Amino acid sequence: MAKFGKKKKGMAAVSTASLPDIVFMLLFFFMLVTVLKDEDPKVKVTPPQASELTQIESKHLVQYINIGPAATKRDQEVLGTAPLIQLNDYFASEDQVVPWVDEKRAKLPESEKNKMIVALKVDQDTKMRLVTDVKQELRKANALKILYNTGQRNRTGN
Amino acid sequence: MARRELQEINAGSMADIAFLLLVFFLMVTTIQTEKGIFRQLPPPIPPDFEIPEVRERDVFVVLVNSKNQLLVEGQPMELGRLKDAAKEFLVANGVFEDTAENQDFPIRSWVNEAAIRESVQNLEDLKATTEDEESLKSIEESIQKNQRKLNAVEVFGKPYKELPGSAMISMQNDNATDYDTYIQVQNELQSATNELRDELALEYFGVTYIALEDEAEKKRNDAKAHAPLKAKMYTIQAVFPQRISEAEPKN
Repeated sequence: MAKFGKKKKGMAAVSTASLPDIVFMLLFFFMLVTVLKDEDPKVKVTPPQASELTQIESKHLVQYINIGPAATKRDQEVLGTAPLIQLNDYFASEDQVVPWVDEKRAKLPESEKNKMIVALKVDQDTKMRLVTDVKQELRKANALKILYNTGQRNRTGN
Repeated sequence: MARRELQEINAGSMADIAFLLLVFFLMVTTIQTEKGIFRQLPPPIPPDFEIPEVRERDVFVVLVNSKNQLLVEGQPMELGRLKDAAKEFLVANGVFEDTAENQDFPIRSWVNEAAIRESVQNLEDLKATTEDEESLKSIEESIQKNQRKLNAVEVFGKPYKELPGSAMISMQNDNATDYDTYIQVQNELQSATNELRDELALEYFGVTYIALEDEAEKKRNDAKAHAPLKAKMYTIQAVFPQRISEAEPKN
């Protein structure tokens, strides 16, 4: 055993000091990616809970419409606490939904134009009138695939 | 010699820490897939469209009022009982066996293999002589639909009874209904279909329908794995089709 020990002492250890640097580089990359993708929510949305969820894997096909009361105090003073529609980063009215859909659809490649999914992130206390209006606009714009964003819960009665 | 050892700081564990953080962020990034209740809206109705008459027994009517109360088939109902009521609607009058006829629910009729084979043959003949692309597409769809029925009979090893085309669950809400209630009702109705599908899929494929669906979505770019999963899903769908519709909102 002593012999082995002696031999090893003479060998230079491979430096792993640069490994953390590489890993940190990857880490920062993923951190940035994670943060950047979230858009600034202008409305406060508490989604309802549901159990029968479909998972969309092709995220690039999904476009979001947020509906809920204004998130910040400042916006609330101007716009009140009634639910509002948010498209991209601004507040919008129902009649802006159709041009918004066209604009988003134009960005998709030709083969995926009819696969676009509109995800509705709606606050649970919103009255259906606004949601129905938006849905009617989506039908006019021929954006027929929609996803009601919800939290996950267990099935009832099991 | 002693001086040299002091200078070297072991940075090996640093990588471990960084890896831990890296794995955390990797997970966070992928977990954020979109989840929710998926719905296909009906296309806009052309102005000259005539709404077809349907038998009352073929439609399961769910109304929600402005106070978030439910009226199901003319009777007030608690939300908790909606799923069982919807399930009853879908399986009443038997799926694989003849039962005493229940007047309130749609009649399922036996799938007639010989008749389907014949209509497939007819459609194939029609396809050979048609050139219009629109009609070719719809013929192709009808052929596929019939093939799926035959496929289902083969998988089950026995004939089954199918719902009439007009059978559906219809929901209508008030303008002042809460979105939360709307989602809960949609969820319960979907849950009824899903649970029946799960039971059937477990019996014949050993996995739940939901698991099939998730797997198919994950393998959507892998045609070889995707096709058999889809075939299994279509088999289940032939028996329990997704028929949740929303009534046109009233002005």
